[in-house]
Amino acid sequence: MTRLLVLALIALSGVALAQDLKTLRGDQKIDAVDAAPPVSQVREGARLDRAYRQQPPLIPHAIEKYEIDLKVNQCLRCHDWPDNVRENAPKISETHYVDRAGKRLDQIAATRWFCNQCHVPQTDAKPLVENRFRSAVQSAR
Amino acid sequence: MTPANDDRPRPGLWARLRQSWGVLWRPSARFSLGTLMIAGIATGVIGWGGFNWAMELTNTETFCISCHEMQLNVYREFKGTVHDNNKSGVRATCPDCHVPREWVHKLVRKVEATNELYHTFLVPSIDTREKFEAKRLQLATNVWTAMKRTDSRECRNCHNFDSMDFGQQRSRARNRHLQAQDEGKTCIDCHKGVAHKLPAGAFGAERELEETWGSGRRR
Repeated sequence: MTRLLVLALIALSGVALAQDLKTLRGDQKIDAVDAAPPVSQVREGARLDRAYRQQPPLIPHAIEKYEIDLKVNQCLRCHDWPDNVRENAPKISETHYVDRAGKRLDQIAATRWFCNQCHVPQTDAKPLVENRFRSAVQSAR
Repeated sequence: MTPANDDRPRPGLWARLRQSWGVLWRPSARFSLGTLMIAGIATGVIGWGGFNWAMELTNTETFCISCHEMQLNVYREFKGTVHDNNKSGVRATCPDCHVPREWVHKLVRKVEATNELYHTFLVPSIDTREKFEAKRLQLATNVWTAMKRTDSRECRNCHNFDSMDFGQQRSRARNRHLQAQDEGKTCIDCHKGVAHKLPAGAFGAERELEETWGSGRRR
């Protein structure tokens, strides 16, 4: 008898728990199409200021279709000297033409090949967490 | 019993040819002009239609990627690019960009394609990924040169400056398109590697192409 009672209690608590559970998808039906997450728009045109001296400059245009792989780096088509003159694009810093042994090169150093490791497009993304960050320029005032 | 003229030497090939040529130009004694006309037109329609139908069969994506060279290299890279997959569902297949639409140009391209058959079946020159990658710069340059020569004719079947709403473009695209229109540039001048990956050394080849283009060394 007691054993039956215990079993019934366990079953009941199980039902109660199941009602509190929610899937990570929320109330989304299993066959409903997930909405794409909001993507921050790239801000084209005017360049945002750097926040500090060593900050890699932000990219003022979209780059999502650009090929950067072992064979080709499409950023270099416009930003590598002397092509930057034709394209009227900012020239890649000379520091990117020095290998890790300090030797100056005529081609971009392999360590600098993957531009978007440091340079990212500027977007209208809002800070995820409120913070008191001040740029170096603001702090100097 | 054998006919008396059986010993006569049979007419040679040349004589028989001359005879049938004569028959071709003699008026028909058996068929009416109407019958001949109807038969002629019907034969013409079937022959012409059949020719174009057969040519169109070789103008489909399925046909193009029936060669593993195409399927494993260029088609695989094409999958997922904007010309294959996009929000409106309009799709460009291989011949939309690589075979002219106008009949004469199309026929010329189809004849040129015998070279591709040669390189596929007789002297396989890109039958492995490594061989394809090694030859890729040359192949890509061929396509760029051809598109430059035709003023990107196949691109312009769908895209043209007159129908572009520059107001809906981002500022960078708008500025470059207006500038390109003024300078008389053609699509391929900037839009290389749109549907396939670029070959190694692409920018050097591009520069060389631009430099030799103006100097009258057009192919």
